[in-house]
Amino acid sequence: MAVKAKGEFYKSSIFWALLALGLLLLFNLAATPGFFKIEIKDGHLYGSLIDILNRSSSLIIIAIGMSLVIATKGIDISVGSTVAITGAMAALLIGGNLQIVDGVQTFTTNVPMAVAILGALVLATAIGLWNGILISRIGMQPIIATLILMVAGRGIAQLLTNGQIITIYYKPYFFIGNGFLLGLPFSIYLVLIVLAATLLFTRKTALGLYIESVGINPVASRVTGIDEKKILLFVYAFCGFCAGIAGLIVSSNVKCADGINAGEMFELDAILAVAIGGTSIAGGKFFLIGSVVGALLIQTLKTTIYSIGVPPEINLIIEAIVVFIVMNIQSAEFRKLVFRMKPAKE
Amino acid sequence: MKKLFNGKYTLVIVTILLFIVMYGSGAAAYPSFLSLDVFLNLFVDNAFLMVTAVGMTFAILSGGIDLSVGSVIGLTTMVSAHLLEKSHMNPYLVMIVVLTMGATFGTVMGFMIEKFKLHPFIVTLGGQFLARGLCYVISTDTINITNPVYTSLATWRWYLTDTAFINVNVMIFVAIVIFAVYLAHYTQFGRTVYAIGGNEQSAILMGLPVARTKVLIYTLSGFCAALGGVLFTFYMLSGYALHARMIETDAIAAVVIGGTLLTGGYGYVLGTMFGVLILGTIQTLIMFQGTLSSWWTRIVYGILILVFCLFQRIFEANSKKVRVDTQKRECADTKEREATSDAGGTATSTISA
Repeated sequence: MAVKAKGEFYKSSIFWALLALGLLLLFNLAATPGFFKIEIKDGHLYGSLIDILNRSSSLIIIAIGMSLVIATKGIDISVGSTVAITGAMAALLIGGNLQIVDGVQTFTTNVPMAVAILGALVLATAIGLWNGILISRIGMQPIIATLILMVAGRGIAQLLTNGQIITIYYKPYFFIGNGFLLGLPFSIYLVLIVLAATLLFTRKTALGLYIESVGINPVASRVTGIDEKKILLFVYAFCGFCAGIAGLIVSSNVKCADGINAGEMFELDAILAVAIGGTSIAGGKFFLIGSVVGALLIQTLKTTIYSIGVPPEINLIIEAIVVFIVMNIQSAEFRKLVFRMKPAKE
Repeated sequence: MKKLFNGKYTLVIVTILLFIVMYGSGAAAYPSFLSLDVFLNLFVDNAFLMVTAVGMTFAILSGGIDLSVGSVIGLTTMVSAHLLEKSHMNPYLVMIVVLTMGATFGTVMGFMIEKFKLHPFIVTLGGQFLARGLCYVISTDTINITNPVYTSLATWRWYLTDTAFINVNVMIFVAIVIFAVYLAHYTQFGRTVYAIGGNEQSAILMGLPVARTKVLIYTLSGFCAALGGVLFTFYMLSGYALHARMIETDAIAAVVIGGTLLTGGYGYVLGTMFGVLILGTIQTLIMFQGTLSSWWTRIVYGILILVFCLFQRIFEANSKKVRVDTQKRECADTKEREATSDAGGTATSTISA
């Protein structure tokens, strides 16, 4: 997006994420037989690639929300907790019983599914708004304002579920995380909708520019007439909303709400995805496509590790090594030192 | 009295008052809170957190953060247990090995942060993954420690009364606090940490060894986490890959509740100590109460952080006013001193701050 000249492309940050993803896929081509095979079963597409897309959907959606937050020089470390709270809320609202009426199995819910989904998303957005209010109105530092919910959030989720893992028995709800539409997993469509809407609103309206300008200099933004408090409020609310969608996908996928383990490490994975995608943690710029590539890279890495039969214990180490490599290569100072390249002019 | 509540110790005093109020309300509800053993247990149970929080305090004072500490504690328990039980290494050597490992781990992260201008958040996050991953490589099972030196150190107790005792963890708790206070306020390292947190560019312009100090901060933090890990090993007498999960958030919470600003440049180790004690008191209170579920601990932590941050905001708004006043006063002081030294004819231009 910010890449103008072709020659500059290799110095741009997203290039390294794409290169890493490409190398990883190439590695899979050689190491994992059938990695690129896509079959059609019962009218659905199956294969490792589809699986990666499906599994990374919740992370991608959170990474999109996180990109906007990080662009304002902020950070939201409460998204993992938000995922847990949203899942718990949805599970509580839906509940679900199997009733047999005249020999026919029917599933009942506590409230209609649409209301439950709406309720969970409203709650997630409210959580985001709460973060936004603390940051924009009270002037807290983003990391500490969201730390509050990161610490307390899982407690709240457990409070909602009374410390239990709530199983969801209502079948139509499973469609969000497990269903197929036109041969592809439904969650992929959710990703596309969120991505398209965010791209539209940030790149085709002035909103994206406002967000970046708040990240570069909030005071100057205010002087030029941008209501930076409203922008901040919006990005955190949006990030909460995205985490809410992810919470629905996760709880629907595993068919239960787990206050402790749902969305664990999501905040870290999402921040990594954004950072790998070339968005600087120092704010001022964001690359939504980069974040998507970053999230895909993380998920591809996980799937690769499982599929080549490396014990899953090593998963974290390989992830850490990839993070260090991508991070270092993105650093202009590192490139200068190792490759004697000039830092990218951006 | 007014100075007490507007000066530089305000936030720490609030922390201390909060601790007294919380402990006092505990004592009002449960008389045994006043016994020495409940009080000393606060130190016994939270020694590893205190040691870790000391490293975190320095990282946060410099405007950085260290998210890897929980994993480093876990890794320390794991490496200690493995070396003791599988390799039968000399226990004292094991301690030296794990402490060196923690310090090296921190140094490498600090080097990357300093040299490649990477954000501490991301680098230490990578460190967190790496350390936790290494735990799983060593073993996915719990390794119990039966080494006689470790068990005797872990069970050694100096009884003050029939039930109240001091153990190795308590002594290290106290020692690290004294050491950290010395480091923060009586060494060049400490002053440089505060200066970096205040304004890194100014610190560089002042000629302070910013680059070296930034690396050393993470060395210290890694070392503290490893020392916390050794204490945690004494406490649990086992190594397990999932030990000390999420301890980094507890350490950050303790630092914040202790009154240190996350923007860096302001805060005290003693504040962190009371932060740790407050977290410990909450746990003890919930334990004594009995019917409250464990998740209330996290919720109360969250509420406390919220209250403290709100208070910090009010304090910051107030201190801007105070800062202008003190600057005026200091300005007048300096002029006065210059005038007197000129009159005395001495050329002493070193006015110590």
